[in-house]
Amino acid sequence: MAEHALLTMRGICKYFPGVRALENVDFTLRAGEIHALMGENGAGKSTLIKVLTGVHAKDGGRIELEGRQIAPSSPLEAQKNNISTVYQEVNLCPNLTVAENIFIGREPKKAGRIDWKAINKRASELLRRLNLANIDVTKTLDSYSVAVQQMIAIARAVDIQAKVLILDEPTSSLDENETQRLFEVMRDLKKQGLGIIFVSHFLDQIYEVCDRVTVLRNGELVGEYEIDELPRVELISKMIGKELGDIQNMGKNASAVSDEVLIEAEGLTAFGRIKDFDLTIHKGEVVGFAGLLGSGRTETAELLFGVAKPEKGSIKMHGKEIKLSSPLDAMKHKIAFCPEDRKVQGIIGDLSVRENIIIGLQAKNGMWSHLSMKEQQRIADEYIKMLQIKVSSPEQLIKNLSGGNQQKAIIARWLVTQPDLLILDEPTRGIDIGTKTEIQKMVINLAREKQMSIIFISSEIDEMTRTCTRLAVLRDRKKVAELTGDEINSDRVMAAIAGGV
Amino acid sequence: MKNVKGLKDRLVASRYFSFGITAFLFIVLYVIGMMNYRGFLKPQVFCNLFIDNAALIIATVGITFVLLIGGIDISIGSVVALTCMTSAQLLANTNLGAGVVTVIVLAIGLLFGLVQGWLITEFDMQPFIVTLAGQFFARGLTAIISRETIDITDPTYTAVASARVYIMPKAFISVGVIIAIVTLVVATLVLKYTRFGRNIYALGGSESSAQLMGLPTKSTKIATYMVCGFCSALAGVVYSLIMLSGYPLHAVGMEMDAIASSVIGGTLMSGGVAFVPGTLLGVLIQGIIQTFITFEGTLSAWWTRIIIALLLCVFIVMQAIIVRNRHRITSSDK
Amino acid sequence: MEKWKKITSSHLFLPVFALALLLIFNAFATPGFFSIEVQNGQLFGRIIDILNRASILIVLSMGMTFVIATGGIDISQGSVIAISGAVCCYLIGGATDGTAQMPLFVACLAAVAVCAVCGVWNGFLVSKLKIQPMVATLILMTAGRGIAMLITEGQNITVYYKPFTYIGNSIPGSPLPTTIYIAAAVVLLVVLIQKKTSVGMFVQAVGINAEAARRTGLNVTAIIFIMYIFSGMCAGVAGLMESSMIAAADPNNAGLNMEMDAILSVALGGTLLTGGRFYIGGSIIGAITIQTLTTTLYALGVSSEQLPVYKAAVVILICLLQSEKFKKIIERKSLNQKKAVKQV
Repeated sequence: MAEHALLTMRGICKYFPGVRALENVDFTLRAGEIHALMGENGAGKSTLIKVLTGVHAKDGGRIELEGRQIAPSSPLEAQKNNISTVYQEVNLCPNLTVAENIFIGREPKKAGRIDWKAINKRASELLRRLNLANIDVTKTLDSYSVAVQQMIAIARAVDIQAKVLILDEPTSSLDENETQRLFEVMRDLKKQGLGIIFVSHFLDQIYEVCDRVTVLRNGELVGEYEIDELPRVELISKMIGKELGDIQNMGKNASAVSDEVLIEAEGLTAFGRIKDFDLTIHKGEVVGFAGLLGSGRTETAELLFGVAKPEKGSIKMHGKEIKLSSPLDAMKHKIAFCPEDRKVQGIIGDLSVRENIIIGLQAKNGMWSHLSMKEQQRIADEYIKMLQIKVSSPEQLIKNLSGGNQQKAIIARWLVTQPDLLILDEPTRGIDIGTKTEIQKMVINLAREKQMSIIFISSEIDEMTRTCTRLAVLRDRKKVAELTGDEINSDRVMAAIAGGV
Repeated sequence: MKNVKGLKDRLVASRYFSFGITAFLFIVLYVIGMMNYRGFLKPQVFCNLFIDNAALIIATVGITFVLLIGGIDISIGSVVALTCMTSAQLLANTNLGAGVVTVIVLAIGLLFGLVQGWLITEFDMQPFIVTLAGQFFARGLTAIISRETIDITDPTYTAVASARVYIMPKAFISVGVIIAIVTLVVATLVLKYTRFGRNIYALGGSESSAQLMGLPTKSTKIATYMVCGFCSALAGVVYSLIMLSGYPLHAVGMEMDAIASSVIGGTLMSGGVAFVPGTLLGVLIQGIIQTFITFEGTLSAWWTRIIIALLLCVFIVMQAIIVRNRHRITSSDK
Repeated sequence: MEKWKKITSSHLFLPVFALALLLIFNAFATPGFFSIEVQNGQLFGRIIDILNRASILIVLSMGMTFVIATGGIDISQGSVIAISGAVCCYLIGGATDGTAQMPLFVACLAAVAVCAVCGVWNGFLVSKLKIQPMVATLILMTAGRGIAMLITEGQNITVYYKPFTYIGNSIPGSPLPTTIYIAAAVVLLVVLIQKKTSVGMFVQAVGINAEAARRTGLNVTAIIFIMYIFSGMCAGVAGLMESSMIAAADPNNAGLNMEMDAILSVALGGTLLTGGRFYIGGSIIGAITIQTLTTTLYALGVSSEQLPVYKAAVVILICLLQSEKFKKIIERKSLNQKKAVKQV
């Protein structure tokens, strides 16, 4: 393997208003290697890639490609510097032919006009070289599956003489065979001396195809490792920031769980989400869904809230089977769901804090049984006080609050509806430590005092071991383990997430 | 059974499905016409479809460019009126020749498109609102030039207007038709064989992708609106050849006819899909409906509007279903 | 300075400012602009005239405000106005002896009901078939006048039945034109709905963030659907007023380009055309401002055909002021200026 560095990034810093996205991060890519970039949500992976591809301007540090300093300010400029990216959502044009997607912007010309024959010929040659011979290059892109589209995107990237190829979660919508096909292509390209940056949440894949891994956490560099010398459990502990064996279970949730079953899921299956998922939740229980991003934890929770419909399986509540075809259905069965992506799925930015808090209850009651302004204010005030939401007034627009306070307001929205089952998806992501602890305490209290059942989803194992009375561990869209009582400790959880150890 | 369904899905998803339906519809209508009215057998009736709709053909080509990038331009009819009025005014009150006047009005069209495109791309304004303002502006400007009809009496102009080009012993076309056909052919070639044309398609397919692939999205967008402005002005010139006058209420609502023709001809309103020769069929279908109504005599002209709206509706709903189908095919290919 | 900033950033600042400017201008340029005369217990004057004409626009803009708030648009309103007038006049009939075929009340109700059906059609296309609002309502915009023609059998129906003209003019003995009462009633209804139901909040939630709204339990499809029906009904009421004013159904010209004025009123009133927060009060003042502008320009000798040029300027100006990019450019400019001043 060539040992010289193809691409070096040194001391990269990037700040967004109020957020430190990258702080002094180093990254080195060698020619002819596949280098994994890993980290949980908010670790800074995508920011680092966006800095490299010119989407974001860096606030500090230097980037060198083959010893030459570069500072791409747009994807186009990055491309000119031989850095190509293939994104999770295919960034090609579905209405153009396969061949054209590969060549657009640099079409071969003959006598002043685009030479379609040459385009089609060169495109099929290129795809043949990548062992993708059975693709008809004259068909439109949207006649092929996402997997094939992904390959075509790679073909385009390769053909613009890329030296650095960035694959940003390319496998998340691929099945096993398609993934293997992608890996073959990647190995081929590696032999040709390309440096490939591979971002994925699937550990198996990282260990199968990568040579080296760089781990980021909270916008900082954790380290760079040879993949063969880094056991899985250790990799996970580096990603989530918990040294192995460092078990300090501070004030574990030891609340008594009643025998009364609240909700039962049996054989829940939905393509691309989860397979054969069974779970029973009792009253007053805090059940954690542990697993890496993309393991199926959010996807499963969404099935329980009617955001998506399962293809197979049943959900029973209080022993009776229920059908959930919309969030409103779930709300009527006293289920609440606090989503992971606060900005897109949670807050309604241009409404006030008061409105954001009462809108859930109002939606449940229907638009005709309108809560009077006085009642709205009373509820808003009550919950603002209870959850200690910092606002200048309940009429402040929610988009102007800090992340933590927005999160509390969304939790308040759901508490107002008096749910039996509260699903919290990454409720502590991207918020300050103080608020984090408050939310954890609140979860325990709700379960203990109000006998509320809670599904708690988090990437931070610490948080889960502290708050959950039971843990369902998910990997690759399957439930792989269920831990209770003393089994809930960081080592066990990490081992279960890693699998195959 | 499953195969048949798969075939049907694929057929519906094909790029030329709309075009095929439109062509089929046109032929059926024409055959019905021939069976019911002797007039349809005359070649001149077919030529008249072109002569009467030459301006609309050009306007449709223009709007097709804009629809391709997922935009819209509802200023077309007004720009046509403005062009007619400016030409009539300049010919009547200055010493400029017909050629110079034509160049001037075409330049005005280009400028009009440039300003609209610039406002849309530079300030992220909605194309509908900007071109709505454009519509108001051009229409009002026409009335400011003159509220009365100004006739065009320039000898060159009237000579060109009345020129007959025989393509068969008993069938002729006008100069306007020649201009329209040339526009159609040039547009088809530009869209197929130039980078600008392909960038337009890419932009309509996915603007963010086009940007990430390093295509010049901004300038392409502005240029597209300029093409539409130019086509509107050209349509105005052809229109003035038929009308031989400028009048503030010329071509009211022509943009809607143009949009309808384009959509009926297979253009996807969400952008990215269009086949210019198909849009010609869209115009001709409108023309044929009009011919029917003229031949029938007892039906009034507003039936045209209803039938066109009905066709528009069928095609738009069909598009919505096609798009949904296509998603299904893509995701179930595994 | 702080206070000034607060005032200028209010959503009502722009329409009120524009209206004030127009009124001040008129006070000087048009003698007797503000004078109101009393004849036979009825009020006459320019202001009353403006309010009379603006009433139609206010009713129209109420429907438009809600549709725009959901992130949509309804460009079929003008055509629906024509349909409304056609239905009503057809039912009353054009008997020259001044009798009506059908009670006025029934005719009006039928007209508004037909317009509600138009709204159902638009709502179905937008919310169920997920067709872009502009495209979806374009269909009815194209067909609407033809449908109106179909109803009137291709003719303008002139109505000689006296009570019909009361809608668009004055009931004998009333000091103000009926249109003002109707507009007031519609506005009152909207305000009541705002205060007594959660419609307003739900509509805004859908317009601001449809995905979050769905996950909060709102039936996004139904909400959008209902707003188009409401818009159709508003156009129906406006159509009654418009046709009553001329005591006839005129399918070709009734409500021509009125949807554009309605959109303009809503935008001027501070509601973003991209949806979300909406301002009923702003739309009302916006409508009055547009009508004042029209009347002022007429008074200055601008013909109705030339009017659009000025409206176009207003449209672009409003949109520029709403455009985020434009705001940024202005901010940067003023920042640079401050820097420059410091350097000096």
